[in-house]
Amino acid sequence: MAAVSSDNRGLRLAVRYAVLTLVAVIFVFPLLFMAMSSLKPDHQLLTDTGSLRAFLPVGDISFDNYGAAFERAPIGVFVLNSVLVTGVTVAFSLLVCSMAAFSFVFLNWRGRDAVFGVLLATFIIPYETIFVPLLLMMSQLPWIGRGGIEVGWLNTYRAQIIPFIADGLSIFLFVQYFKDLPRELIEASRVEGAGWWLIYRRIVMPLSGPVFATAAILKFLFMYNQYLWPLMVVQAEDIRPVMVGLGYFTDQLNVPWGEVMAYLTIITVPVLAFYLSLQRAFISSVASTGVKG
Amino acid sequence: MAHDLTRSNRAGWLMALPGAALIAAFIILPFFLAFAFSLTNQRLVSPNPTEYVGFENYRNMLGLAVFTLEPERDADGKAVRGADGEIEYPRLRKFTRGNPDYPNLRNKREWFGWRSGENRVVVLASDVVFMKSLVNTVFFVLVVAPVQAGAALGLALLINQKLRGINLFRAIYFMPVVVSIVVVSLLWKFIYSPGDGLLNNVLSAATFGAFEPRDWLGNTSTAMGAVIAMSIWQGVGFHMVIWLAGLQNISPTLYEVAKIEGSGRWQTFRYVTWPGLRNTAVLILIVITMQAFALFAQINVMTQGGPLDSTQVLVFQAVERGYGKQDISGGSAISVILFLLVLSISILQRVMTRERA
Repeated sequence: MAAVSSDNRGLRLAVRYAVLTLVAVIFVFPLLFMAMSSLKPDHQLLTDTGSLRAFLPVGDISFDNYGAAFERAPIGVFVLNSVLVTGVTVAFSLLVCSMAAFSFVFLNWRGRDAVFGVLLATFIIPYETIFVPLLLMMSQLPWIGRGGIEVGWLNTYRAQIIPFIADGLSIFLFVQYFKDLPRELIEASRVEGAGWWLIYRRIVMPLSGPVFATAAILKFLFMYNQYLWPLMVVQAEDIRPVMVGLGYFTDQLNVPWGEVMAYLTIITVPVLAFYLSLQRAFISSVASTGVKG
Repeated sequence: MAHDLTRSNRAGWLMALPGAALIAAFIILPFFLAFAFSLTNQRLVSPNPTEYVGFENYRNMLGLAVFTLEPERDADGKAVRGADGEIEYPRLRKFTRGNPDYPNLRNKREWFGWRSGENRVVVLASDVVFMKSLVNTVFFVLVVAPVQAGAALGLALLINQKLRGINLFRAIYFMPVVVSIVVVSLLWKFIYSPGDGLLNNVLSAATFGAFEPRDWLGNTSTAMGAVIAMSIWQGVGFHMVIWLAGLQNISPTLYEVAKIEGSGRWQTFRYVTWPGLRNTAVLILIVITMQAFALFAQINVMTQGGPLDSTQVLVFQAVERGYGKQDISGGSAISVILFLLVLSISILQRVMTRERA
């Protein structure tokens, strides 16, 4: 009797793992296919789709596609641009948004609630609905450059960075976190005469590691994966980010699929590695966008 | 006392200013500019000054008319039939091009039509491509929102078991979320290749050759479905995680009570799990809806709106006009329509779920 029920449990467990694995295969196979195909010459890549060989590193394996891809496009420049634009935006975003949230949570000032309400309301404006007027703004905004005042933000890093530094979601995430910090600590510091900047820098910031990580991860994913906006404002090759650089491979009459797979692998694997090493932080970042009000 | 300690108008303003100013300048201002430009003939670069044109941009896109074509009749009043036996109708062009008797049909083109007795009813649109993009976008949202939310809940329940190694599976299911939608689109474009493509091969192997290979993205009847499937594949992990957070917020004592009461698996879900997830459900539906309305990269990479406009969508149209044709006013008008759609559906979802609660 006991043997039957333990067999039963074993079977159940096996079924559970089988279902989990089957679903996992659905999520993994395109990425596995990408990585494997990047190692194969075009003719083999195309015929391998007829069998499981498509997912295995078999046949004529080499890194030739990577070499050819680097020759076709200035990949190093694209990667550098993406890293620069993403890094600078994330850094400024953390500072600006956490400072604003600090002010909303801990300080009392006239008009505070109204301003906070308006910023929160921008939540429901998808970026895609403001890109067209923003494009016109970019063509006409001034900037103080080396040669005095110049007009136009098109084809610049600043057009890719400045509009995305502050957003309602980031501020909201900081506000939610700061609300749970012990208020007595802040008030005690005030009594001892600490200035607001000091309190923000020395008390709140060191206590807020998790929310900084969350905001940084979400902004990083958004910025690195941006596509439509750089497509609209960046024509010059030397400031193009990786997603737009893809055009070098796909705008060909005969798409060199091996090179495409190599390029996709180059721009995806670092992010995947980053994700897998900080898996818990990534997942809890997304989860925290769901814990509202 | 405590109140005075935290009152600081100057410091408060100064610390909130950078964030507030940036949001005002780069989100709120362009948002209102979209409304303003949509009422003008603003172009990206133009030698002529911008003029106010009222609702012309909207009329040019949303204009619709229904018109009944009567068959050509011979002397006896019988409908003329062509060589193939089909009833012949006067050309639509006779009514839509410079015909002073039909001002409401001017410059409109046939969107679709059907037979009604001997007559043919035609629906004309000022901008057929725009109307198609509007319908396709709404269709995409109406399919993706419930299917993706449901699939994500299924995955969340699957991953919410206490099993060894479950975190590995969770990590794998979430993986596509961190991969750029551009990369994913290009990969799936290859997977959907006609003939000897990966998907065709997998399906024909699974059915022992019974499956006829097809051109997934090149066929009007499958293209949108193909885009929907890959969009869900990419996005579902994101919402799985939000569901999971909701699931883990439900008090374990409720489950214990259900167990003691002898409730079955379905009953437990129906009376314990689901009520505890209501707020999460609203949030997820709104988030998916907003993301789905923004559909662009998949279309731009995979289909360019084709075949025969069967995957035209609003953002793609807005970009084609505002950026491609440098028609800022037309692109802005589409953006406004898009925003109003997002807003009304979000409000609708919120109201509907609130009433039930």
